[in-house]
Order: sequence, then structure tokens, then C-alpha cells
Amino acid sequence: MTETTTEPWDDLAATAQPALSPQAPGRIVPSGSIAGRSLTIVIAILTFLAALTAGAVTMLVGTASDWQADVGREMTIQVRPASGRDIEADVHAAMNIAQSATGVAEVRAFTKEESEKLVEPWLGSGLALGDLPIPRLIVVKLASGVTPDLATMRKSLAAQVPSASLDDHRGWIGRMRAMAETAVAVGIAILALVVIVTVLSVTFATRGAMATNSAIVEVLHYVGATDGFISTQFQRHFLLLGLKGGAIGGGLAIALFGIIAALNVWFSGTPGGEETAALFGTFSVSITGYVVILALVVLMAVVTALASRRTVQRTLDNID
Amino acid sequence: MIRFENVGLRYGLGPEILRDLSFRIDSHSFQFLTGPSGAGKTSLLRMMFLLLKPTRGLITIFDRDTATLRKDSRAALRRRIGIVFQDFRLLDHLSTYENVALPLRVLGREEATYRAEVIELLHWVGLGERMTALPPILSGGEKQRAAIARAVISRPQLLLADEPTGNVDPGLGQRLLRLFIELHKSGTAVVIATHDIALMDEYDARRLVLHDGRLHVYD
Repeated sequence: MTETTTEPWDDLAATAQPALSPQAPGRIVPSGSIAGRSLTIVIAILTFLAALTAGAVTMLVGTASDWQADVGREMTIQVRPASGRDIEADVHAAMNIAQSATGVAEVRAFTKEESEKLVEPWLGSGLALGDLPIPRLIVVKLASGVTPDLATMRKSLAAQVPSASLDDHRGWIGRMRAMAETAVAVGIAILALVVIVTVLSVTFATRGAMATNSAIVEVLHYVGATDGFISTQFQRHFLLLGLKGGAIGGGLAIALFGIIAALNVWFSGTPGGEETAALFGTFSVSITGYVVILALVVLMAVVTALASRRTVQRTLDNID
Repeated sequence: MIRFENVGLRYGLGPEILRDLSFRIDSHSFQFLTGPSGAGKTSLLRMMFLLLKPTRGLITIFDRDTATLRKDSRAALRRRIGIVFQDFRLLDHLSTYENVALPLRVLGREEATYRAEVIELLHWVGLGERMTALPPILSGGEKQRAAIARAVISRPQLLLADEPTGNVDPGLGQRLLRLFIELHKSGTAVVIATHDIALMDEYDARRLVLHDGRLHVYD
């Protein structure tokens, strides 16, 4: 067919008119269809919601981990006043024991005034508390990566400062861990559900968009295109649609997280900001969060491409 | 090339619309398939193009029993057959030139290797000035000519045409018939389904006449 002089119509082409130069071949799959635009919007919205969920869950995981780490890095020694004992000497002895223990980074004792301030919310201010037997607290901060020898510390305290007790916050940490783990599990479950719903929705939306293209699949088949050629054409087209929609949705989610983080920094000096930060952390999405959002974008594109390929295959199967 | 033996066709549980069809389409042959509207011409062409399976009987195409063909083999056989549908089946988002070039493009050929060929054929079917037009703005006759050009551009071994001159004036109809005759002379077997008596009178060829579900062959 490359030798045009051998074609049947060659000797009949005497009436040929000057050629209008045709454009280079356009895309076999139409790029600007209404169904395609709608699908892009659907994918963008679903990816945005899934990315918000993913960001929130990774933030929750990070905050729960920070809570546990913060509480787990501190212990408290409580020195109670006892008859016949000098509490200042007991506090000093307890501090020495704590400082000499392995894995301790910092030891700080609350002064008598600070200890009295701690009970002010219950007893009110302006009272002479000097005569009350108010216990003294020593905050022991642990070095990271080193396990303290609590048994030895307890033994030393019991021998040298019988009125002291060591609280390693184990019970509190246990409850905190249980709560954090539950919150994380619920968050991950919600994320999984959102991803499943998103994948299903994108699959059905892709099938809907493909329905308008079934005539193209048939014609391509009738003019001799192989199944692989047809599938590849649609898969490539819908992969790009999915990437576009996913990038829009994921990009908007990342931008939103950026704005929230900026606002968080903006309000960090205010009392409300401090309390929010104490409760919810810094509102910043970790690298893991961004990776999960990018993975969602890729997942949307792959799901869209595979759904289109499957629909093409089904259309071709129906022809036969 | 094509052999039908006692072929019958019914849609669903309805009556048999084609009964006991036995005939051959030989290589390099030319025939008209005719009969009144609703006689089953399109259904018969669709069976020849492997788009319909008979409810009974044997069909062999290119010496292959179609009942035992696998999906990929059916597709491979179809690639040796060109077809002009009654409803044209042009892709609305592609220009006339792109539609006609489609069979060559899907084979992976570079545009430079077929551009002149496609343009020449478009001129011959009278669409030289409509190459960049999209099908929605083409007239019925222009769509028909584009569909015919697309069917013949890849030089199939067998050409099936369903009412190929139904929407064109007699003069252009004669030119299109000359194209089919030239294709036939160059080795392509041609089956033209038509009920245009005047067109059939233009060329002395074998006639397959469908009537009451049966086929009568006039060599």
C-alpha cells in the first residue's frame, strides 16, 4: 500500500482536486469529552477527601506517639513530710539518688513555694500554708534511648528516704497507650473505608465515562486494531485523567494542610493556640502523611486506568 | 473464501429469519446481495463478518470453521475483511482524513507512509475538500463515501458493503461502483448488499437474492 501507483483508484484519480492539508492525526480517544471532565472532577473530589483522611490519620498517629513519648520520658518522686525527718534533707537525698541513677537526664525539685502553688487551685490563695504538710515533688527527666534502672532507684529511695515514693507513670502511660492505639486503629479503619469507597467510586465513574466510548472501541476493532492496541489507547488516556484528577485533589489537600500549619504557627503565641497545640500537637502533616497522599494520587490513576482497560476488554468480549 | 452450508439464523426465540443458506463466496469474486428491505441482507453480512453466530449450519471463512474459532482468531480473520456499515460508524472526533486513515494507523504505520495514499483516495471519492471536516458536519453521502474509503484503504481480501450507494446521487453511485470493480480486479472479493436495481444493472455480476429467508443464487 505504500506504492500509491498500484492502487485501484490511481487511474481514476484524474479528477483529483488540490489537497487541503490535513492536520497530523489526532488522539484516537477524545480528550475533551464531558464524561472525561466529569470523571476528572469526581476523582479530584474523592482524592481530596481521602487525602484529608490520610493526613488527619497520620497526624493522629504522630500526636499519639508524641503523647506517649512525652509522658514516658518523665518520672516523679514524691517526698511526703514525716515526723522526725527533715523534708529538705529528704528532698536533697532523693535528688542525689535520682541524679546518680543511670538513664536520668535532668532532675528538678519543686521548691516549697512552687509546691504550695500547686494546691492553690483547691485551697485558694492568701492562706498561710507554711504549717501544712505539703508533699514535695521532684521531676525526673529521662534520657532518650537509655532504660533507667527503676528497681535500684526504688531500693535506694526506700533505704535512704522512706517517705519518698517513685511514680513512673506506668498506669497513666498504659491508659494513654490504650486510648492512643484505639484512636489510631479507628483512624486507620476510617482511612481504609474511605480508600475502599474512593476506589469503588472511581471504578464506577470510569465505567460510566467509558460507556460513552464503547462505539469507539467497536469501530477500532472493526477496522483491525488489536485488543492490546485498543486497551493501551484507553488505559493511557484514563491514566492521565486519573493522574490529573488525583493531582488536583491531592494538591488541594496538601495546600489545605499547609494553610492549617501556617495558621497554627501564626496563633502559636496565643493561649488558645498553646492549648490546641498541647491537645492536638502541631497540626503539621509528617513526611509519611505526604507520602500516603502521593500514594493515593497514584492509586487513583492506576484504578482509573485498570477500570478503563477492564471495560474495554468487556466491550470487546461482547463483540464476540 | 466463505462457505455457508445449511445455515439458519433466528433472533432469540423468534422465527428463523434466514433458512438453509448454502452458498460460496470465492476469492476474486464480485457479487451483489439483494432482496427487499427486511429480507436479512444486513444479518447475512454480519454473519460473514463474524458479528453474528448462526443458530444452525456451518460457516467457514478463509477455510476456518467459525464455530470453533477462538476470540483472537476471529479478530485476526476480521482484519482480512473490510466492511462498510449502513450507519457508517465514523468516529465523530476524528476528521475525515483521520477516519479514513484509521485502519492503517491502528496497524502501527507511520503517517508519512500512508498520507499520500489516503489523500489520493479521498480525492477520488470526492472528499478532497472535506479532509479536515468532522463527520457531524458531513452530509449523509459524504459520510458514506468516507466509510467506503475507510473500508478499502487497507486493501482487504474481502469487502462487505451494506447499501454503499444508498445516500449518494446516481453519478457518484456509479463512481463508487467503479471503485469496487477496480478493487475486485485487483484481487479483492466484493459483496455489495443493495436493493438498487439500477446499480446492479450497471455491472454484470453474480446476484445473491434473499427472499422469504431463503437465498437464490443467479450466477
